[in-house]
This record gives sequence, structure tokens and C-alpha cells, in this order.
Amino acid sequence: MVGEGILKGMAETARNFFGSYVSKDRLVTLQYPEQRDPQIEAARSFPFLVFDGADWQQGMRCVACQICEKECPPKCIFIEKSKDKKPDANGKLQFYPAVFNIDISVCMSCQICAEVCPFDAIKMDVNHDLSSDDRFGGLLLDKQRLAKSNQYYNSIHPTEAAAVDARRAAEKARQAAKAKAATEAKSDAVAKLAAATPAQPAIGETQ
Amino acid sequence: MIQTLDQIFVLAKHWLLSYLPAALQPLCSALISVATIILAFALLFAITTWLERKGLGRMQNRYGPNRVGPFGILQPIADGVKSLTKEDIIPITADHAVHFLAPVLLVAASFLGYAVLPIGRNMVLVNLNAGVLYFFAVGSMMELAVFMAGWSSRSKYSLLGAMRAIAQMISYEVPLVLASIVVIMQAGSLSTVSIIDLQATYTGIWPHWFVFTPWGFAGFVLFMVAATAESNRSPFDLPEGESEIIAGYYTEYSGFKFALFFLGEYIGMFATSGMAITLFLGGWSAPFSFLTWIPSYVWFFAKLLAIISVFIWIRGTLPRLRMDQLMNLAWEFMLPMALLNLFTAGLWHFMPSGSLRWLVCSTMVVVPCIFLSRGLKQKEKFQVRTYHYSE
Repeated sequence: MVGEGILKGMAETARNFFGSYVSKDRLVTLQYPEQRDPQIEAARSFPFLVFDGADWQQGMRCVACQICEKECPPKCIFIEKSKDKKPDANGKLQFYPAVFNIDISVCMSCQICAEVCPFDAIKMDVNHDLSSDDRFGGLLLDKQRLAKSNQYYNSIHPTEAAAVDARRAAEKARQAAKAKAATEAKSDAVAKLAAATPAQPAIGETQ
Repeated sequence: MIQTLDQIFVLAKHWLLSYLPAALQPLCSALISVATIILAFALLFAITTWLERKGLGRMQNRYGPNRVGPFGILQPIADGVKSLTKEDIIPITADHAVHFLAPVLLVAASFLGYAVLPIGRNMVLVNLNAGVLYFFAVGSMMELAVFMAGWSSRSKYSLLGAMRAIAQMISYEVPLVLASIVVIMQAGSLSTVSIIDLQATYTGIWPHWFVFTPWGFAGFVLFMVAATAESNRSPFDLPEGESEIIAGYYTEYSGFKFALFFLGEYIGMFATSGMAITLFLGGWSAPFSFLTWIPSYVWFFAKLLAIISVFIWIRGTLPRLRMDQLMNLAWEFMLPMALLNLFTAGLWHFMPSGSLRWLVCSTMVVVPCIFLSRGLKQKEKFQVRTYHYSE
């Protein structure tokens, strides 16, 4: 008879209706802004620039080599190289980005910029609940808005950041050893030179 | 005291009118009643949208709206503000005047039916002696509004939606009216007030509602199915089948005009539900004689809310019908059933009351129902579909 299936279906929906008030397991919806799923470490949203230490301008790792700008598939990165140089973390004089903009309305979160960066300066953020009431300016992130500390990087991608830190520390140690060797060699040479020269003034005097 | 509470709105209106000069009283009396009806049912619309979203959510194991106010109760206000502040877009090729008038006419037409709907004892705007006829006459104006919307938008989706809506509404208007004729036959009157007066009597504790007779029950079910189709609600929501034709006849509407369509549809649904209550469920009368102390308007709105929740329940349960299923149901099942029901009601009237009358009339309802539904089922022949152009 017509209507049997309808009644069966209505019993099913009624069971779901009342069941949702009785058992909390049925309601799988996460109440999003208040409740959140645990952050997945491998997640990525948009790139940011890592800086060391407390001052974002001083500690910025980026040396404006513009590799990311060239590699970026949708061309959302704009970099202007500085005229002068500043010492980097290893004390070496480097260029720095005078302007570094990323248009996140164009960015497709491909992570290629982070892959190609030889200085570990650009990494992927995990912050996904972004919004802006300014369609153009609000989505064009400048250097200051892109800069995030190394501590923040460690907090969002612990494993990856630890590896990066270890690599950078090793590199720094190597640089320091090299510099030390160089200074030692230099001081040795100076000492040698100093050892060899005492006679000379006498000669000079004689001349 | 109970009497006063029951008539409190009537008394309040008379008290207000007593401050006015006699010449103004008829006009102001009508105005007050109209304003009250519009306010009450617009408020009911707001509550229903919230209830519907909550109920459907729970049926799908979701919470439903729960952000605006406690339990999301202020959601209708937020929706209203949103639709008021939205940009009102009119297609450049649309017929501007008709495009503007369609939602206005829809809302006006859906409100007109309330003129003859008694929402409580002595609480009817006008007691027309052709009330039921008037109700169905203004109810069919909604089809005009729907077609105006579809035609004036100059969009194929709007037009297709409107065509579907017209086909469906005209098809289902036939069983809708035929199902209500049995009540008119029994009551011998087209006046909604006298139809309710006839049902508001009791044998023992039981009321004389028409739904508690075989023909009345069949008529009520037929009426409700047809009313669902008339108000374009699921499972008969083909005119706005979003998977096929976007939003049907209101595809090209935005902002508050879109909200007006929404309002019109719900108001129309309340009106037909109210008519079903009037014809079959005893209007404002209490379901048991010992409950008559509860005010009549409370009973009316309780019944209305019950019917609305069944509508929501159905919407949460059934998938949308196919066009041929829709038409077959109307013409091959509901129309014969409604016609047979007329004979059943006639027989009921002429047979002496007793269990024999019940037996004969119940058989006259159940047996054709079984056979007709079997006829509906046998149509389902599955065959291999051949594609001529894709080979």
C-alpha cells in the first residue's frame, strides 16, 4: 500500500531527531571558534618570513636573493633588494629585502617558495581562519605582517623547525670554526711576520 | 473568568473602539483585526523558520542555528536584517514592473485567505457565507504571482520553475478542493464559522471533528498532501528544485524580494493548514470536552504548530518526487480517491448511524486506496536505457 515506506522513513527521522537529544555521540559537529581540532603539523596555509631574536628587522633571515620570487608559480611574491648591506646571523654582510610583499589572494599555498629558499627564511604558516574587510590592501601582506619569530615557527612545525635549527647551528659552528681557523692562521702569519721582522728596523735604522 | 480569557482579544478590540467616534468604528475595527493577523502570522513565520532549521538539523544529527541569541532564537531577526541590507538586483532585460509586483502580489494573496479563517471563538475577520469558496479563490491567486515572477525575470530557469509550479499547483488544486467538498456536504454550509460550530460539540468527552470519520480522515489526508503540493514544499518542491533549475521562479530575486517570496510561501502554508484545521480538525475547539477551559485561540495555534511540525518532519524525511510521479500521484491516485470520497460521504449521510455505517464507509476508503496504490506501483517498469547518440 502507498505510504508504508513513507511511515518507515518518518520513523527513522524521528529516531534521529530524538536520538540527537539523548546521545551526544550523534552530534559530531565541532563548535568551531570555541572548539578546534588539534593542529596538524603538516598543515600549511600561506608563507611567512622567519626572523631570529627579538627584533624582526634585525633578525630577518631573508637576504633578498629573489629565488622564491622567480619560482613562485602564480607570481604572488614581490621583492625589492636593499641598496646597503646588513650583517646576518653569522655576522656576514648581506643584502636584505627593502620591500617583501605576498599577495595571499593570489597565493595558492604550493610551498615551492619554502622548498627553494636556501636560507630557511620563508616557511609555511598554519593559520587558516583569516579574513579581511579590505579586499586589496588587507590581502597584500607586507614585510612586517609576514615576519614571524623562530619561536612561532617552532611552535607550529616542531619537527621541521628543530631540523632547521640544528642545520643552522651546525652551519654557524662551521662558519665560526672556519673564521677561527682563518683568524688563527692570520694571527699565526702575523706572529711569524712579527718573529721575522725584529732585525729589520735595525737594518732600517742603519739605512 | 475563563470566558473573559477566551474572549480577551475581542474585548480588547471593543474597548479600543469605544474611544473612537461611531463613524470610524467599522473601518478601525477592520484595520485593527488585519494588523493583528498580519503581525501574528508574520511572527509565526519567524518562529517557524527557526523551528524548521532546528528540527531539520536535529533530524540530520546537527545542532541547527545556535549562534544568534540563546539556542539561535534570534536567527530570524538576523536573517531579516541580512535580507534587508542585501543588494536588490533586477535583471536588465526583466519586466521591471511585473518583476516588482510578483512578490507583493504573492504576499498579498497569501494573506487574503486569513479573512475567513477563524483563529478563535468569535475571532474571524469576516464571516462570509461563502467563506470556503472565497478561500480557494484567493488561494489560486498565488499561481498568478508565481507565473508573474517566472515570466518577468526573463530567465529560462525562472520560466521553467514557474511552468512547473503552475502545472503542479493546478493539478493539486483539484484534489484539494474535492477533498474539502465532503465537509461542505456534511456541514451544508460554506461558512467557516458554522463548519466549526458543527464540530465544536461533544459526545461524552469526544469531539465531533470530521477527521474522526472514514471520509473525513481520507479527506484530511488528501487535503494535507494536496496542501503540501500547493505550498511547494518538500517532497513536492520541484518548482524550486535547486539541483535542476537553481531556485525556480525566484532565481532572479535577491534581498528583501526573495525574503518576501519566502514569507508568502510560508504564509500560504499556514493558511492552507489553518483551513485544514477549520474543515477537519474542529478549528479552535478543544480535543476533549474537559479541556474547553483552555482559550480557543490557544487550541488553534497548537493545532497549527502541530501541522507545521509534521510538514517539517515530512521535509526532513522524503526526497523530491520526479515530475511523472508527481503528476501520476495527482491524477491517478488523489483525484479518484477524492471523487470516491464524495460518494463515501454521501453514503455516510444517508445510512443510519451505527457500526455498519462505519464498516461500509471504511471499506469504501481502504479498498480503493489499496487498489489505486497498486496501480501506482505497477507503473514502475525498469528497462535498459539505450542511448542513440552516444554510441
